[in-house]
Amino acid sequence: MPAKTAPSPASDPYKKLGAAKLLQIHELMVRARLLEERLIKMSKGGDGFFWIGGPGEEAFNVPLGLHVKKGHGVNFDFLHLHYRSSAIVLSLGAKPIDALRQMRSVGTDPYSKGRNFVNHYAIPEFNVVPVSPTIETQYATAIGTGIAHARAKTDAITIVNGGDAGTAEGDFHSCLVWSNRPVLNLPILMIVVNNGYGISTKEETQHGERHISDWAKAFPDMPGKTIDGNDVVASWAALDEAFAYIRKNRKPYLLEARCSRLYGHSSSSGANRIPEADCIELLEKNLTSRGLAKADALKKVWEREAAALDEAHKQVKAEPFPALESVWEDVFAGGLPPSYPTKGGS
Amino acid sequence: MASMAQAIRMALHYGEAELGVTEIFGEDVGAPLGGVFTATQGLERAWNSPLDERGIIGAALGLAWAGGRPVAEIQFVDYIFNVVDMLKLCANGCWASGGRYKTPLVVMTPTGSGIHGSMYHSHSFDSVATKLHGMKVVCPSTPIDAYGLMVAAIKSDDPVLYLKPKALLRTKGEELIPGEPDEKSLHDMIDAPLGDRTKWKAKWPKLPHYEVEIGKAKISHPGSDATVVAHGRMAPICLEVARQFAAEGKGAVEVIDLRSLIPYDWEAITTSIKKTGRVLFVNEETEITNFGEHLIRRVVDELFYQLRVRPRLLAGKATPGVALSPNLEYFIQPQKADVERALGELLADPA
Repeated sequence: MPAKTAPSPASDPYKKLGAAKLLQIHELMVRARLLEERLIKMSKGGDGFFWIGGPGEEAFNVPLGLHVKKGHGVNFDFLHLHYRSSAIVLSLGAKPIDALRQMRSVGTDPYSKGRNFVNHYAIPEFNVVPVSPTIETQYATAIGTGIAHARAKTDAITIVNGGDAGTAEGDFHSCLVWSNRPVLNLPILMIVVNNGYGISTKEETQHGERHISDWAKAFPDMPGKTIDGNDVVASWAALDEAFAYIRKNRKPYLLEARCSRLYGHSSSSGANRIPEADCIELLEKNLTSRGLAKADALKKVWEREAAALDEAHKQVKAEPFPALESVWEDVFAGGLPPSYPTKGGS
Repeated sequence: MASMAQAIRMALHYGEAELGVTEIFGEDVGAPLGGVFTATQGLERAWNSPLDERGIIGAALGLAWAGGRPVAEIQFVDYIFNVVDMLKLCANGCWASGGRYKTPLVVMTPTGSGIHGSMYHSHSFDSVATKLHGMKVVCPSTPIDAYGLMVAAIKSDDPVLYLKPKALLRTKGEELIPGEPDEKSLHDMIDAPLGDRTKWKAKWPKLPHYEVEIGKAKISHPGSDATVVAHGRMAPICLEVARQFAAEGKGAVEVIDLRSLIPYDWEAITTSIKKTGRVLFVNEETEITNFGEHLIRRVVDELFYQLRVRPRLLAGKATPGVALSPNLEYFIQPQKADVERALGELLADPA
C-alpha cells in the first residue's frame, strides 16, 4: 500500500531508480546479509575460526559494487577493499560458496588456499587486489593502481575503502597527498565507511574532525561528501556523482558513508546482533510502501538465498582441508628454490 | 670503467628501454638530482615522489598488481623501518592470494656503513630483509654484478629487495660490463653536468642483454684452506685479504661473494666447506639475530662432520647505532683488519 506521504514519482528517488534496479539491489543485499550471518554461525559452531565482515553496510556496498566497471587489467576499475566488503564482491559476481570455503579454510578456498581469514578476497578477474588484515595499507596500494589508471587512456578508476578508525593511520593521508600531486592527479575514489567505532573505541572520543570527508577540503580539486550509507537511494545518488566526477575529471573524490555495524567488530566481540538501524528492513519498508514490491515476494528472496546457502555449505563441508605440502606453493612465483630451508629448524 | 652507481643507472635504462619498466620513483630520484647517489640520473621514466616511504612502497605494489614492473627507491635503508609491514605485503602477496597475484617489483635502497653516515645512514637490514619471506634479496659488490642483478631483479616475477652498498656506489670494478664504453666516453654520455641540467639528456650506450641469476654466488677468489662468505661492502675487503694472504703465503682462502641473500647459494657454500672444512661468515649487521647465524646453524646441521674447526661469524657490534666518530665507527663495524684477524685465527685453529 502506498504511504500517505509518498512523494510524486518524478521527485521520488526510489521510483526514479526503478523497481527492477531496486529489486536487484535488494536480492544482493539479502545474499550478503545471509552470507555474513552464516559465516558468524560457522565461526560460533566450530566450522571455522575468526569472523569479521560487513553486515549492516549492504545499502552502500551493493550500489558501490554495481557502479564498478568490472574486469581484469588497467582498462577496468581496481578495488582495494577491506574485510567488510562481502556485499561489494557479491555484487561483482563473486560466489557465496567461496566465502564459506575461506571461512572453513578448506583447500578449495580460491582466495588464499586456506591461509587467510574470511572476507579476505583476491579476485584478479574483477581487479580485486588481495585484501589484507593490516589496517589502512590498502590506501597506500591504491596509489599504485591510481598511477596506472592516470597513465592509461581509460575511464577506469581506482576504488579504496576502509573504516573510520583507520583514517588516523598515515596511509590514509598518503593516499590524499599522492592522489592530489599537482604533477599527476589520480582517479581514486576514497571511501570511508563510518560505523562510529574502531573495535570498541567510539569515533567521537578519538576524532575531532567535523566529518572525515572534510580532509578533502585541503585540496582544490577533491570533492568530499558525507552521506547516510544505510539509505540505498542516497548511496546510489552519491556514488553516481562520485564515479562520474572521477571518470571524467581523472581526479580523486572522498566519500564518507555512515553505516550500521550490525554484529559488532568481529567474533572477538561476540558477533551478536546490535540494535542499530537495519538497511534491509529500511529498504523493504520503502519498497512495499511505494508499491514497488510485495512483502511476499521479498520474503521469497530470503528463502531462496537461504536455500542456496544451505546447499553451498553442505558442499563445502565435504571438501578437503589443504594438503600440508601446499604451504610451499606460491612462496615464490617461480616455485621454491631447491635449497630453500623447509624443515623448520635442525 | 663504470662505477656501481653508473652500472645501476645503465641497468635501469635497459629496464625502461627493453624490459617494460615504466615507473622508477622515490625521493629525489627524478630530475634534477637523479638520486642522492646519482643512480637514476638521466632516466626517462624516473620521477620524484612525495617524502613518504609508505606511499612509495604502496605505489610500487599497486603498480605491480596493475601489470607494471616498477622500480621504487627508499633513499637510505635507514628509512625503511617504517615500511616493514608494506614490504611484508609485497613479500606475502603471492602466497596470501593463493598464487592469484604476482608482485613483480624492485625496491632498491642504499645499505650499510662506510660513508661516515652516523646513526641513520649506516644501517644494515639483512636480518629483517631475509625474514620477509617471499621477497628475494640481492646485494652486489661490483659494478658488473650490480648491472646484472638489476636486470634479473626487473625481470623477476617476485618482489626483489635490491640492497646497494653505500660505500661501494662510487667505486669501480675490475670487469667491464659487456658493451661498456671507455670511462671518459661513459662519463660524457650518462653523467649529468654540474649546474643547469634542464636541457641535458643522457646518451645511453647500447648494451647487450646481461644478467646475473638471482640465487647464484660468485667465487671471487678460489682457495682450499678456508672459506669466507660475504656480500656487499665486506666482499671486496674479504677478496683483498684473500689475495694478500695468498701473496704472503698465509693460506689459500676461498671467497664466496654471496650476491643473493634470498635465495642464497647453498650449493656454493656447501661445496666450498666440504673442500676447506673452515668457514667464516662476514657481514655488517649486528651480531644478535644475524643472517650469518642462520647460515652457521645450517652449516652445523648439515656439514658438521665436514668441519675441521668451529664456524665463525664476523659482524657488527650490537650497539643501538653506528657512531659518527671514525674510531667508533671502525670499532663497531667490521674493517679490513678485523677480517685479517678473523681469517688468521680461522686458519691457525688446530683441527
